[in-house]
Amino acid sequence: MPMSGKFEPKIIAFCCNWCAYAGADLAGVSRLQYPPSIRVIRVMCSGRVSPDFILKAFQLGADGVLVSG
Amino acid sequence: MESFSGEAGNFEVKIRQHPRYVDIDKCIACGLCAEKCPKKVTNEYDAGMGKRKAIYVKYAQAVPLKYVIDSENCIYFVKKGRCKACEKHCPTGAVNFADEEKELSINVGAVVLASGCEVFDPAIRDIYGYNRSPNVVTSLEFERILSATGPYGGHLVRPSDGKEPERIAWLQCVGSRDLHGGAKPYCSAVCCTYAIKEAIVAKEHMKDSLDTAIFYIDMRTHGKDFESYYHRAEDAGVRFIKSKISTIAPAADSGNLLIRYTDEAGRRLEEEFDIVVLSVGLGVSKEAADLADKLAIELDQYNFASATSFEPVQSSRPGIFVCGAFQGPKDIPQSVIESSACAAAVEASLAESRFSLTQTKEIPEEIDVSGETPRIGVFVCHCGTNIAGVVDVAAVAEYARTLPEVAHVEENLFSCSQDTQEKITQVIKEQRLNRVVVAACTPRTHEPLFQETVSNAGINKYLFEMSNIRNQCSWVHSGDPEAATEKSKDLVRMAVARVALLEPLSDPEVEVDRAALVIGGGVSGMAAAKNLAEQGYHTHLIEKSDVLGGQARNLYATWLGEDVQQYLAGLIQEVQAHENIDVYLNSELQEVNGFVGNFKTTIVSNGKEQVLEHGVTIVATGASELKPDQYLYGEDPRVLTGLELDRKFIDNDLSLKETGSAVFIQCVGSRIPERPYCSKVCCTHSVKSALKLKEINPEMDVFIVYRDLRTYGLREDLYREARDKGIIFVRYDFDKDLKVAKDENDLTVRFTGYVLQREMEIRADLLVLATAIVPPKENPLAQLFRLPVNDDGFFVEAHVKLRPIDFAADGVFVCGLAHSPKPIDEAIAQGLGAAARAATVLAKEKIEVEGVVSTVDQSLCRGCGQCVEVCPYGAPELVDIGEGVLVSQIQEVLCKGCGACAVACPTGAAAIRHFTDHEVLTMVEAALCE
Repeated sequence: MPMSGKFEPKIIAFCCNWCAYAGADLAGVSRLQYPPSIRVIRVMCSGRVSPDFILKAFQLGADGVLVSG
Repeated sequence: MESFSGEAGNFEVKIRQHPRYVDIDKCIACGLCAEKCPKKVTNEYDAGMGKRKAIYVKYAQAVPLKYVIDSENCIYFVKKGRCKACEKHCPTGAVNFADEEKELSINVGAVVLASGCEVFDPAIRDIYGYNRSPNVVTSLEFERILSATGPYGGHLVRPSDGKEPERIAWLQCVGSRDLHGGAKPYCSAVCCTYAIKEAIVAKEHMKDSLDTAIFYIDMRTHGKDFESYYHRAEDAGVRFIKSKISTIAPAADSGNLLIRYTDEAGRRLEEEFDIVVLSVGLGVSKEAADLADKLAIELDQYNFASATSFEPVQSSRPGIFVCGAFQGPKDIPQSVIESSACAAAVEASLAESRFSLTQTKEIPEEIDVSGETPRIGVFVCHCGTNIAGVVDVAAVAEYARTLPEVAHVEENLFSCSQDTQEKITQVIKEQRLNRVVVAACTPRTHEPLFQETVSNAGINKYLFEMSNIRNQCSWVHSGDPEAATEKSKDLVRMAVARVALLEPLSDPEVEVDRAALVIGGGVSGMAAAKNLAEQGYHTHLIEKSDVLGGQARNLYATWLGEDVQQYLAGLIQEVQAHENIDVYLNSELQEVNGFVGNFKTTIVSNGKEQVLEHGVTIVATGASELKPDQYLYGEDPRVLTGLELDRKFIDNDLSLKETGSAVFIQCVGSRIPERPYCSKVCCTHSVKSALKLKEINPEMDVFIVYRDLRTYGLREDLYREARDKGIIFVRYDFDKDLKVAKDENDLTVRFTGYVLQREMEIRADLLVLATAIVPPKENPLAQLFRLPVNDDGFFVEAHVKLRPIDFAADGVFVCGLAHSPKPIDEAIAQGLGAAARAATVLAKEKIEVEGVVSTVDQSLCRGCGQCVEVCPYGAPELVDIGEGVLVSQIQEVLCKGCGACAVACPTGAAAIRHFTDHEVLTMVEAALCE
């Protein structure tokens, strides 16, 4: 929760190393600005993301889960 | 280069190296020197639109990323000993004003000239208002305006007043296809596509409100997939105006420019634009020409290095090879293909001395840290100001110290610099660290480097993790430093949690079967096979038909007039006679097993099955000429395809002497909705054949009916020659029907002419259809090797620009028409290039396989086969462990580490190393719970 007390969601993003993670890199190189509420976890393929990972993230308090690949 | 002597295999080159005044071993590219340097200089890289300092790096991606002092502008050199600000502020003492010129003498066996090109300078003969208006820019200047690292920080504004443009015009063929003094008569081959790209990117910048117009003569989008890019631009609203421009003048005091032009229907029009971009052409610089002169190689009339279609990278002097835009105007993919072709040519010429100068890297023995409690080192990078300019690096480092099992934390200005690498290695040893986190940039580019650093300290390279606090924090949250710092702390916490759990892995090695399989016996496949054989590698060349030669068997001459049949006969003979080549005719593939380094391919030759073992595969399966079902083809003997006319030339058909008129119809089956691509070769081929008809019978009336005439590059000369010799070119309206009819005596071609906008009719004794190049309808190879094919049916390379010969699958390469339509010189260059790429595998006795692979705990496996089903690479297989009990086993060489099997496995038997459930979920937990 930021200082302002405004709701900021906690988002976990599972990103494929070869595409979505590279996309996040490119967003950086292009200096695209986006909200700081997302935490990227790199996997070698979105096929690695088991439904258990997503459920676990919600259990631990994530407000959103992004699987991108 | 000072002097050059010797001969192929043994050249002596004397080189003068200019002083840099900065010690590159000490420089960490922190940028402090440039910040303190008081001298501002016009920045050449920003095409003169921005400023740099007298101490600078040429551009952000420069390799090596090290500063240099421009002594012509540096105050110390200009005012004899004054200033020295950079020396004073350099934290590493890298500045050395006493640096001197060095003379180097190098002994080499071959030379590759890749000296590139320069762009046309429109200031020389200024008919475009380039000198008068800052809003008339060259295409390269416009590239800098669009660039995030350019003079306006990637914000699209015009130079005169910083206003966001509403209308931008591109003028094609500036300095190209122009016979005026200073300009070049040839086509620069790349400008049409780059103008389209700039228009699309500019539109993206301005969220589509921008009006873009490209004024052109012919749109030449002849490269692979370029035609669909052209369509994409049309769909995005880019206007394409075929026109002649009469004047460009300033419009009042607005800074705008008024373009007056005549469109194809002859109407005089004018339009106002905010920016006018000049699509400037390519040429050889004086320096490059002087260098060629010192090397005593021949240049053509335009100063491009002379080469033949059959040896496209061989200069006129043995042992010296040429590639890229110094050999002729061309784009990136073709330049990269030619650079590989040069490598192949050099490898063949120096095969005997392979490995004679090799040094072996010594890697310290790995320390066994299993059983030790984690002692984690965290290195937080400033990346100059890239990270530290936003993120509070000291706070992140301080936070890292509080994390469990972290034994050492430090900050680095540039973690990737040579000296920091050495320092990290030292610290790991001194502090007995057994796991390392670097919080810096992206693992996609820097993980291998840091893995090497930790292995230099004896730590297994998999006991390493990166936090990407640059691309995911400082660069994307630059407006909120506090949040960026907090997020950086989170990312470091996640990495520390993960690295504590990581296990050491080994990268298994597999032996390489040092033989090649080339599929397809056309010129491209034969060029590849011959080169590999000359390099000393055994090569199996298989051909479906009963004869070598492929499509080249039907070709009369190259556009330069070289005799294809004579070349082909020589090549076939060499290939058949070479002791390293086995040729299999009437052969097809049946089954493919194995992987890079160890393929086992079953072929059927003349009904007989045999298995070939090879380490690499080159796909050169070609394409063929479309046999159309329109324009009376097959109904009237006077209607031929382009290759059928070549056959008449080859056979010296006397009937051509009696032919009174000939009409060529372009784009038959190409650039149509069901086959949208351009077949690239047909325009030049028709022009060449038209000239040949004129040569056979100078009285013949020859017409070429076309849509855009794409005699790209130096081929433009042929187009001009054809017009000079009276060949008549008529552009037709594609949207209105073109019809061919016959009566008793004549064939008639009816169409709507573009210029006159009225129906025209030409009577012809001979009708030549320039038909499309089409890939085979059935492509079993794509399934056998699991290779991707595009919508048009051509194979898809790993990367359009950077890897135009590789497939994404390791050890498999593509060349020739199987990749895309192309003329013979480009097919040969790609064949050679494929040989060079293949040699990167064949040169090794063993190849290392990535350690991040799946594994199956066979005691948990019940043999359900779900892993086999989901794996896209065929890595898991069910094996019988006795009494019919099946369990899964991973073939590690095939495994790409995706982990799909681990997700599919119902029992938890299949797991993926380095990304185990525990390792990933720990990061989730660390991300969400402080």
